[in-house]
Amino acid sequence: MNAWEPKIIAFLCNWCSYGAADLAGVSRLQYPVNIRIIRVPCSGRINPKFILGALRHGADGVWVSGCHPGDCHYIEGNYYARRKFALLKSLLEHTGIEPGRLHFSWISSAEASKFAETAREVVEAVRAVGPARHFIKTKPTWDDIEAPVQAACQVEVG
Amino acid sequence: MHAYTEKIREAAQRLLTEKKVDAVIGFRHGTVPMMSEPVCVRHADQVHQLVWNGFCGINLANYLAKRKDRVAVTAKGCDSRNIVIHLQENQIRRDQVYILGAPCHGMVDRRKVWEFLKGREPLQVMENGSSLKVSGKGFEEVLERQAFLQDNCRICTHRNPVIYDELLGDPVPEQTDVDRYEDVRRVEAMDSEGRWRYFNDLIASCIRCYACRNACPLCYCPTCFVDESRPQWVGKTLDPTDTRTFHLLRAFHVAGRCTDCGSCERACPMSIPVRQFTKKLEKDVKELYGYEAGVVVEGRPPLDTYRPDDPQDFIK
Repeated sequence: MNAWEPKIIAFLCNWCSYGAADLAGVSRLQYPVNIRIIRVPCSGRINPKFILGALRHGADGVWVSGCHPGDCHYIEGNYYARRKFALLKSLLEHTGIEPGRLHFSWISSAEASKFAETAREVVEAVRAVGPARHFIKTKPTWDDIEAPVQAACQVEVG
Repeated sequence: MHAYTEKIREAAQRLLTEKKVDAVIGFRHGTVPMMSEPVCVRHADQVHQLVWNGFCGINLANYLAKRKDRVAVTAKGCDSRNIVIHLQENQIRRDQVYILGAPCHGMVDRRKVWEFLKGREPLQVMENGSSLKVSGKGFEEVLERQAFLQDNCRICTHRNPVIYDELLGDPVPEQTDVDRYEDVRRVEAMDSEGRWRYFNDLIASCIRCYACRNACPLCYCPTCFVDESRPQWVGKTLDPTDTRTFHLLRAFHVAGRCTDCGSCERACPMSIPVRQFTKKLEKDVKELYGYEAGVVVEGRPPLDTYRPDDPQDFIK
């Protein structure tokens, strides 16, 4: 079955990356449709719980994007975020989450082309790692459960 | 009797009589051997309860957060570092605590002794310098104390209290030739799938009793994330994903604050080496930000501050 497409949750800062996504759309830049955007007030607003929550619900990848260091709307939110992300990414990968699943970027609201470019990079990286196998509590859709169950039934009845 | 015991009782007597403190937090003998339990002594006529021995592993800083009274507390190296963290995080004021610093030779891991005894029940355990005399019905063993230390004590590099009002004994030599992160590097060397399985096996027996959280002096949030219900980030079941979420978030909450006192591991009824999560973070914090938790009162914990030039190779 080649129908699998990565599902990626993107947490975008309202003041920059979200604007960049907007600008990318307005500018008719092409980027993959695999990302689901959640707007947050600042990358510093991201709690590790959010990222774990996304993975628990079956996201194949998580992408967090905020303002460039020094450009934070709240002066220093992204500086704190940077430390949190460094430790979180390292911890998750240390405990067995594949390195290609977590992505972080700094994208200003003027960088629509960087946004589209990074979106492509992220989607390709997650596609390369394949469907999430670990850390899933709830399967995202019925389709994902249906196929293996059907296959198992087929084996059962011969 | 341990040399510190007399000093602790003397200090407690003095402090309580002079009304310098309202209570003294220390240890007394537990109901079974190798289980010293914390005690809060409020009256001078009860100071005889206080003892010190190689089984005082519980981190007494756990009883200091948000206190209103003045207390004296016995503190090993790790306890004193946790007191420093409490001071940094405004959980208690310096003038509220009178610290009886106890230079420490490491605490004995009762589980290692039990394991050695192979089912024979120890009825009395005596310490004599570097040896441990364990006796029970029909047997007596003399053990090398060093070989039965808690894992975290064996690699401890802060045996002397970093902050104190009086010392109970002469400072002990610090261990300098220990490799603190040997086990972390061993896990790092595995591939992703191997690491996933390693941690799966590690926490497979977790019963989610939260003893590790309760024993931890750093876990003083009014509402713990595991008890939150709206939204509920961590399920309350024994589902492997929930259990892992708990362990990851617990470790992350103590990132850059954990002093590796080993309370979590010692409290775990299933003997899960939960320090494997926190030690990775400790190693990262040290490598990325050059910070060691609870060593100096000045300065902020690493996640409460930043430098403009922090490493960001992982960010696009």
